[in-house]
Amino acid sequence: MKKILILVGIIILAVAAFVAFKMFQPLPENLDTATTQTTIEGHYSVTVSPENADYQRNSLHNWIVEVTTPDGMPVEDAQITIDGGMPQHGHGLPTSPQMTQALGEGRYKIEGVRFNMRGWWEFKLTITANNTVDNVTFNLVMN
Amino acid sequence: MKPLYLGALIGLVVSGSIGGYYYLQNNGLNEAQLEAARTLSLASLPTLPTDPSNAVADNPAAIALGQSLFNETALSANGKVACATCHLENSQFQDDLPLGQGIGTTDRRTMPLLGVGYASWLFWDGRKDSLWSQALGPIESTVEHGFTRTQVATYVAKNYQEPYEALLGPLTTLETLPAASPLGNDTQQTAWAELDSEQQNDINQIFANVGKSIAAFERTLLPVENQFDRYTAALLAGESPTEKATLSQKEIDGFKIFVGKGECIQCHNGPRLTDEFFHNTGVASPQNSVQNPVIDHGRADAIAIVEADIFNCLGPYSDANQDQCGELRFMSRDEHLFERAFKPPSLRGVAERAPYMHAGQLATLSLVIEHYNNAPTAVSGHTELNPLGLSTNEKASLLAFLEVL
Ligand code: HEC
Ligand code: HEC
Repeated sequence: MKKILILVGIIILAVAAFVAFKMFQPLPENLDTATTQTTIEGHYSVTVSPENADYQRNSLHNWIVEVTTPDGMPVEDAQITIDGGMPQHGHGLPTSPQMTQALGEGRYKIEGVRFNMRGWWEFKLTITANNTVDNVTFNLVMN
Repeated sequence: MKPLYLGALIGLVVSGSIGGYYYLQNNGLNEAQLEAARTLSLASLPTLPTDPSNAVADNPAAIALGQSLFNETALSANGKVACATCHLENSQFQDDLPLGQGIGTTDRRTMPLLGVGYASWLFWDGRKDSLWSQALGPIESTVEHGFTRTQVATYVAKNYQEPYEALLGPLTTLETLPAASPLGNDTQQTAWAELDSEQQNDINQIFANVGKSIAAFERTLLPVENQFDRYTAALLAGESPTEKATLSQKEIDGFKIFVGKGECIQCHNGPRLTDEFFHNTGVASPQNSVQNPVIDHGRADAIAIVEADIFNCLGPYSDANQDQCGELRFMSRDEHLFERAFKPPSLRGVAERAPYMHAGQLATLSLVIEHYNNAPTAVSGHTELNPLGLSTNEKASLLAFLEVL
């Protein structure tokens, strides 16, 4: 029985070594990278997407933020401010992105986004609409 | 053999051979390392980004004019200093000195210029947002060319009238003007203040155009292929690298440290091996602190400077519209974040251009590696580095890799 346990141990080690060999840099476990999230206090459901899906890391680009109520009604006249950074490196965003346009139907354009390093980035939005402020954090992984 | 043992054995053999397959397939690089090699190699260099703030950025006549001006010693207070005095063509357009030597001594090291057209921010601290605006800085710096913009305008009108006018339109007739500049010494500043605003504007326009021509020339200075590029090209083509394209095991080990344990690729990424951004890496102030009695705050001090610069992307002498000035409009103004942060230089050709860092503080690449391994506390602000714990062998490998760039 002891031998079996040792062997099972070895297998696990071998597999783990192989996985480590293929992986590059550790991200926190169970990192929620969903691009639709509910704000902390539950006022809004928010979806983020790059305006152009083939944006290059380390180049200035735009994101589109879609804000709805929890039951899916678009939220108009929202103000969005952006913050964030790399929690594993203890620094903020390299640029100061701004909401520059309301595109209608609860969609907003964020200009001036840049991720200069690989790894895990937090993209934090503060959304204010109808005097209701709420926050949401997205986890983005840059390769 | 009991089935369980057998299962274990099969498991080991299978995982071992998959690993081995990747190992042999890519000359010892795993998939992630191969991908990293691709992103660092010259083949990944995109086409040169356009510069909408410079209407003559890619104009052949501007390139020719700019090349003459880059080498023109007459654009200096003593008639001896040209851009090429510090940016030497045969030394990757730098001078191998800790601090540049013009009319006086600069307080930072001369930067190499190959591939500079890819940078969005210029100087170690990024206090300029275009190549053409950057070129105006050294001309009026009292320790570099020690010249003034009125003298530049007068000189160009006299000696370069024809190529200038063919390219940039009629030169305003300039009566004899005193040496005058809003950035010069007291006499020059007073002389500048005495010019009327139309004269000032005409002179600024000529000055900006001189910068735009020089920038057009600088955009033609491109990075060159190195052994690492040839090696990566062979691997990506699925060939085993030939003699001309091979790296030694030590160099390959060094590459793996660069993209792995050393975390160098965090900041030295992309085909120029720089993220063109700003980082505090805890580099000490230079030894000869007579020249640097005050702490150099790097990017933190540059933010207000670039914002106030009349030659920036949003200013009256820029050819760009507001939408094309994203870098400036959305730059982070967080001075705290950028305390003593500097731009990582491209690491291409780095072994041939000691000394290193923004004031030539580190004399050799071995000292650079020691610096990263130790991650000293920053003189001010916070270093982004963590100690690496590299062994003597690992350091030697990393050095070997830097030498093939
Ligand atoms: C006295 C030596 C000297 C002269 C002359 C000189 N430079 Fe430089 N150059 C430097 C130094 C030093 C730096 C870095 C200064 C800093 O960051 O504050 C630099 C930085 C630069 C950069 C920034 C590169 C980058 O990657 O950000 C460019 C471009 C450049 N110089 C072009 C020029 C041009 C064009 C001229 C002539 C108009 C010129 N230089 C004249 C010493 C010199
Ligand atoms: C946090 C970002 C960062 C990391 C990580 C980093 N560098 Fe740097 N590197 C820089 C910056 C910024 C400079 C310029 C610093 C200065 O002059 O004060 C620099 C300068 C250098 C230079 C000198 C280049 C020159 O022309 O002066 C070398 C060589 C270098 N780095 C190699 C490495 C190696 C090797 C590693 C990994 C062990 C590494 N770097 C990791 C940001 C980084």
